[in-house]
This record gives sequence, C-alpha cells and structure tokens, in this order.
Amino acid sequence: MKLIIAIIQPHRLEEVKKELYSVDVNLITVTEVLGHGRQKGVDEFYRGSKESGNLLRKIQLEIAVNENFVEPTIKAIIKGARTGKIGDGKIFVLDLPRCIRIRTGDEGPQAIG
Amino acid sequence: MDQINSGDTAWVLVSSALVMLMTPGLAFFYGGMVRRKNILGVLMQCFTILCIISLQWVLFGYSLSFGPGNPFIGGLDWAGLKGVGLEPYADYSATIPHQAFMIFQAMFAVITPALIIGAFAERMKFSSFIVFSLLWATFVYAPICHMVWGVGGWVRSMGALDFAGGTVVHINAGIAALVTALFIGKRVGYENKSFPIHNLPFTVLGAALLWFGWFGFNAGSALAANGLAANAFVTTNTATAAAGLSWALLEWKLSGKPTMFGMATGAVAGLVAITPAAGFVNVCGAIIIGLLVSVFCFIAVGILKPKFGYDDSLDAFGVHCVGGAWGAIATGLFATKSVNSAGADGFFYGNPAQLIIQLKAVAVTVIYTFVVTAIIFKVVDMIMGMRVTSEDEVMGLDLTQHHERAYTILE
Repeated sequence: MKLIIAIIQPHRLEEVKKELYSVDVNLITVTEVLGHGRQKGVDEFYRGSKESGNLLRKIQLEIAVNENFVEPTIKAIIKGARTGKIGDGKIFVLDLPRCIRIRTGDEGPQAIG
Repeated sequence: MDQINSGDTAWVLVSSALVMLMTPGLAFFYGGMVRRKNILGVLMQCFTILCIISLQWVLFGYSLSFGPGNPFIGGLDWAGLKGVGLEPYADYSATIPHQAFMIFQAMFAVITPALIIGAFAERMKFSSFIVFSLLWATFVYAPICHMVWGVGGWVRSMGALDFAGGTVVHINAGIAALVTALFIGKRVGYENKSFPIHNLPFTVLGAALLWFGWFGFNAGSALAANGLAANAFVTTNTATAAAGLSWALLEWKLSGKPTMFGMATGAVAGLVAITPAAGFVNVCGAIIIGLLVSVFCFIAVGILKPKFGYDDSLDAFGVHCVGGAWGAIATGLFATKSVNSAGADGFFYGNPAQLIIQLKAVAVTVIYTFVVTAIIFKVVDMIMGMRVTSEDEVMGLDLTQHHERAYTILE
C-alpha cells in the first residue's frame, strides 16, 4: 500500500479529479495549502510598501492506494495537472504500513478502496 | 423666477447618496460571484469607475449629456460646470438647484459603465479597463443619455417614456455587456457552466444594497418630494418583491429547490424592469412586470447563454438588457395617465401607438450602443490589448493587477 501526496495548482483540481475517476480512483482527500517552490511566490503591496516572497495557494491531494493502482494514479495526476509551466507541483509516494476502515474495522488492502 | 423647494432639494440630494451606494452595492453583488482570486479586481473596477466618472462628469460628461446641443449629443457649453449653478434649471427640474440635478445624474453615469463589468469579469487588463470605461462613458453613455433625456433629444422628442433609465442605463449597459463578452472571449476553463460563486453572502448583501439604493434611483427620478415619487417608490418595491419570488418559484418548479442566489438575481431583475416604468404604471402593472421579468431573464441566463456559448460571466446582458428591454416594452403596455399626467397611456389603456414608440427607443439604443461599443473595444484592444495573459488570468486579477489578495489562509 502507498500514500500518494500531490501538490498541484488550484485551477487544475477539476482536471485531476476527472483523470483520477477515469482510472477508477474515487477516494481522495483535498486540502488547501500554501507554499512556493523555485519561483519564490509573488510580490504583494501593503499601502505602498512591497512585501516579497509571499506564499502561493496550492491544492494538496492525499490518496491511499494498493500497489496496482500506484502507476495509474501517478499518470492521472500528471495528465490532469501538467501545464508545462513553473509551479505545476510535485508528487510524493510514501509507503503506507497500515490502513483501517473505521466503520467496519477492516484492515489492509481491502480497507483502502 | 423659479423657486427652490427645500423638500424637493432634500429628497434629490438624499436620492443622489442612495444611488451612489448602488455602485459599491453592485461591487459586492458581482464580487461575491467571482472566484476568490478576483474579488479585489471587481471591487477595484467598480471603485475606479466611481472615482473616474465622478470627475469626467463635472469636467465634460454632464455637458455632453444634458448641455445644449443637437438632438444626438450636448455641447461643451457646460464643461467644468460653467453656468451650472445653484439656481434651478427649469427644463430639467424647476424646484431644485441645477447642481443637485447634476450630481443626481452623476450617480447614474457612474453605475452604468460599472454594470458592464459583469460581462468581462475576471479577465480584463486594468489599464485597458480604465481607457475603455472612460471612452464608453463619453461616446456611448453621453449620447444615449442626451437622446433620451436631454432637451431636444431625438428619442425624447419621439415621445418615448423612460422614467429612471431603462434604456439609458440598463439596455445600454446590457448591450455593451454582450459586445464585450463576445469580443473578449471566454475565461480560461469555461465550458458553458459558471464557475462556483466564492461568497454568496456578499452577493446577497450587494443585492440588498442595490434594492435600497434603487429607491433613490427610481423615486428620486421624480425630482421632487411628491406623489409621483411615492408612486415610484411603491411600484419599485412591489415589482422587485414579485420578481424575487417569481425567480425562486421558477427554480423550485424546474430544478427542485429555490435558491438564495436565484431569489437575489430575480430581485435585481425586478429592479431593472421597473426602472423605466416606475413613474408611469400603477401597482398592478408593477406586479405583472415583476412576475414576468424573472421568466424572461431566467430563459436568457439559463437557456440562451449556454446555447450560444458566450461567457457573460455574471449575466450583465441576461439581467440588464433583457430585463431593461422588458421594462421598456412593459411601460408601453401598462403606462397610464392616471398615475402621471405628464406621461402617456399604454397599450392596455387604449394607446397602442405608445408600444411602437417604446420599441423604437429600444431599437435605437441597441443599435447605437452595439456599434459604438464594438468600435471602442476594437480600438482599445488594438492599441493596448484588452485581456490579461492566460498566466495572469489563472493566478487571478487580485495578485496580478493589484498585488493584493483578499483572503489569507494563515492568520
């Protein structure tokens, strides 16, 4: 089992969701996050004084999947999120030692889907 | 010598302040509807128009609109308010200072270009927006205003009835909205369904402020504290109530649930529709005008827009042009001299000719505004570019045009 964390541009969320549904990944958690990569955010002004390096809004997805879904999920996220410009985001894949479904107490691969 | 009436003057000055409040009200009405990255862009555009047109109006806008001239436009005799003093000017209003009439009209000149913002919201470059709005106020608003309301104006001489600006304000802005929406193109990612509203309570607050301010707009247009003002006040409130209810009922019937957004939209459509009629119809006419305007606007916004695929982002055309046109036509149907002896009887009161005159007034406004707005848009687009880059559009107007953001996540 893996936990896939993806940081994407907010305006690509609908596309990414569509791509994920098309590979039968239907369970995701979405969080609004702030961050910046190499492009160092964006400048803002406060009554004339410049404040640089502010953080940009991003969307973070968390998706727990079984092994056979890992590659399709990654491909779907890339397909939905890529614009080719700086700031498209990152995908992190982590090992997931345990997963429990609260309603039934199921554990392991069958608790994921 | 004309005598200044203190009651009339007080009412017109208060009405001017009420109409002024409509532009910030509109800013919140529109601002709530856009995505959160663009709300400051919308508020800023409305506020900018309030500042710029206020100046344009006293410098030359009022003179071009109401000053002595030919049937199509006023001249520059009153530029810089030369000769526009504290004595009444009887051709427009015999009992209030000329400057009170001028500042009342200034607020109309402000809100009209602000209405167009709804069509091109979320994608126009700020610098081009300023130039476009200033040119539009000068070459579209001023001539239409002069033709409909100015002494010797062409449409006014036809006998067209427009109590508070159905043609001058709403059809005018609504057609300009259609032109700009068509020319600037769809927003990135728009596929015939609107983007989610980011703050519906703001939109409802804006609609409420519009309703409140509209009493100044319509009842103030009597230009006196008299029975006609009371009639306009009552018809305005009645038509708006009927329209808000009617939109919600339509939704309930057609899509299962009445919505807050629908009711607020219906109320604004009702305000638009009663505007030309407020001082010519009685309360029965107002109820019919209100009930039906929601049906027409509902069709325009919910059926025509998706069918033709233009991105009139916040339905400036669908509500203001369609509602305004219905109001102008309805004035020709329901007007009665028993309300306003200076007006005329409409179709249902034995004078079908009035309906034809109303249709002509609508046609003149639609054609003139369509053509001249298109020319202004193309010229500004060629010289400065109307639209922000797609990168800036994606990041939002707040950050890219103004280096500010409305909401923080941390702190």
